Amino acid sequence: MNARRRGNRAAVQAACVAITLFMGVPLYLITLAALSSRDSLNRFPLPLLPTDPSTETMSTFLRSTGVTGGFINSVTVGLGTVVLALLVGVPAGYAVARYAFRGRDTYQLFLLLIRALPIVVLSVPLARIFLDVGMYDTTYAVMLIHTALALPTTVLITAAIFVGVSREQEEAAMIFGASAPQAFLRVVAPQALPGIAAAAMFAFMLSWNEVLGATVLTLNQRTLPAQVLTTLSDSPLAYRFAGGLALVLPAVVFIAVMRRYLLNMWGTTLR
Amino acid sequence: MPRRRARVPAAVLLIAPSLVVMTALFAWPLLVGVSQAFSGPDGPTTSYVERMLDDPYFWPAVRNTALLVVVLVPLQFAFALTMALLLRERPRFAGVHFFIWVIPLAISDLAAGLVWLSVFADRGYLNSTLDRLGLDGYAWLSYENTTSMFLTVVVAELWRSTSLVLVIVVAGLQGIPKDYDEAAEVFGASYWQRLRHVVLPQLRPSLQVALILRTILALETFAVAQALTGRNLPLLVGETYEWYNVLQNPNVASAIALVVLAVSMLAAIGYLRLLRDRTVAR
Repeated sequence: MNARRRGNRAAVQAACVAITLFMGVPLYLITLAALSSRDSLNRFPLPLLPTDPSTETMSTFLRSTGVTGGFINSVTVGLGTVVLALLVGVPAGYAVARYAFRGRDTYQLFLLLIRALPIVVLSVPLARIFLDVGMYDTTYAVMLIHTALALPTTVLITAAIFVGVSREQEEAAMIFGASAPQAFLRVVAPQALPGIAAAAMFAFMLSWNEVLGATVLTLNQRTLPAQVLTTLSDSPLAYRFAGGLALVLPAVVFIAVMRRYLLNMWGTTLR
Repeated sequence: MPRRRARVPAAVLLIAPSLVVMTALFAWPLLVGVSQAFSGPDGPTTSYVERMLDDPYFWPAVRNTALLVVVLVPLQFAFALTMALLLRERPRFAGVHFFIWVIPLAISDLAAGLVWLSVFADRGYLNSTLDRLGLDGYAWLSYENTTSMFLTVVVAELWRSTSLVLVIVVAGLQGIPKDYDEAAEVFGASYWQRLRHVVLPQLRPSLQVALILRTILALETFAVAQALTGRNLPLLVGETYEWYNVLQNPNVASAIALVVLAVSMLAAIGYLRLLRDRTVAR
């Protein structure tokens, strides 16, 4: 019995290590590729250890046309998306969490359906609409579509956060003479802030990663992924690897910061 | 109770902006999209739809997309469940394992495609390793090897998007009280019996949501394939991109997009009906 249990433990450990290797090794490899000189990337077989690390590939990528602009556009669009999504999403999340209004279930189903709408269906007609109103090829256009995409999740996450904030304290504040907005700002907002920061990071990440809408809606104001995508077919492998790393790095930072919230975010909002 | 009545408009006021934004950015383009696909310069026409159907890439794209969903989704559910159950056994360094397993959650499909490109490229890391082992390399991404091209996309998508299912399942597992499981163990149920009859039924709501989300997202797979295979492995969303950006025909692009929409909605409605007894309104 004891030997068997120990065998099971060992099997569990081994399986965990195997999966970690599968998930982690590609990340190591893209880093290795992006930090190799062009010369060593042309070698075959490729070295599996960082034999001669070099910033050549990465700096060539960062200097190539459209990358700096793309980076700036990505950050602009991401921040704009965060602001818009929070501005519109937080009040809605608060309403869903606090009020039993008629149509709440319908509203939540609507959110789920919206989230299920493929981006591709919206991008092409939106390009037409933005052309008509003179907003095509602007960062604002991309901000708007990213906001639309982030909104359902923002509402659901913030709703889950407000559910977690004690209602009694809010009511106590109002009994002591605070108006509803005051109670919200003084009592609820401070407690909800970490969660709202999580929702903000989620919106930023979604915007940072989205590529199809950004590509369809812009020509010269491309975000970084859109820039990489459209130059994909005629760029050397080194460029693509460097682009890969540039897109991956923020994701790793994001997960490191958000680790505490991940389960809460998906757990409470989705069940 | 005057205060109660006053609350209803407050709630409506709070959700109104989100309704306006979503309607403007979803309903409006949807209508425009339908009109783009079905009307030309001289009124209603089905010529764009016909062009889409006659395109030699269309049916392979349909087939590849369907095949991808059918292969990928069950595979990643099995994978994610295994991962979550392993974590439940409280392995050593569970925190580190979990951290690395969820990193891909935040990685875009384009980036994931590029990551795996470094592995599967002709002179990439996989062939390098094979070479070291004295084996011949293989042209994984060559247009002649449809199967291996498809497999690379499956591997890259599995790597990237299983984390989402994992997080949902782990969160679901945490919500399950341990008592039932322990009780079943005391009464002599085996691991598999407990899994089948105690754990999985309670995980159902989480699995349902994950299933709907992942099916629809798998239908939208695009940049992974684009980064790995270009147009050699056509997928529906990739074809929309192709028609819009390269062939500069937004009308046909809209028509293909509507196909994606129709299939997604059918899938969502299908799942919701199938699983109606415990709806997932949240």
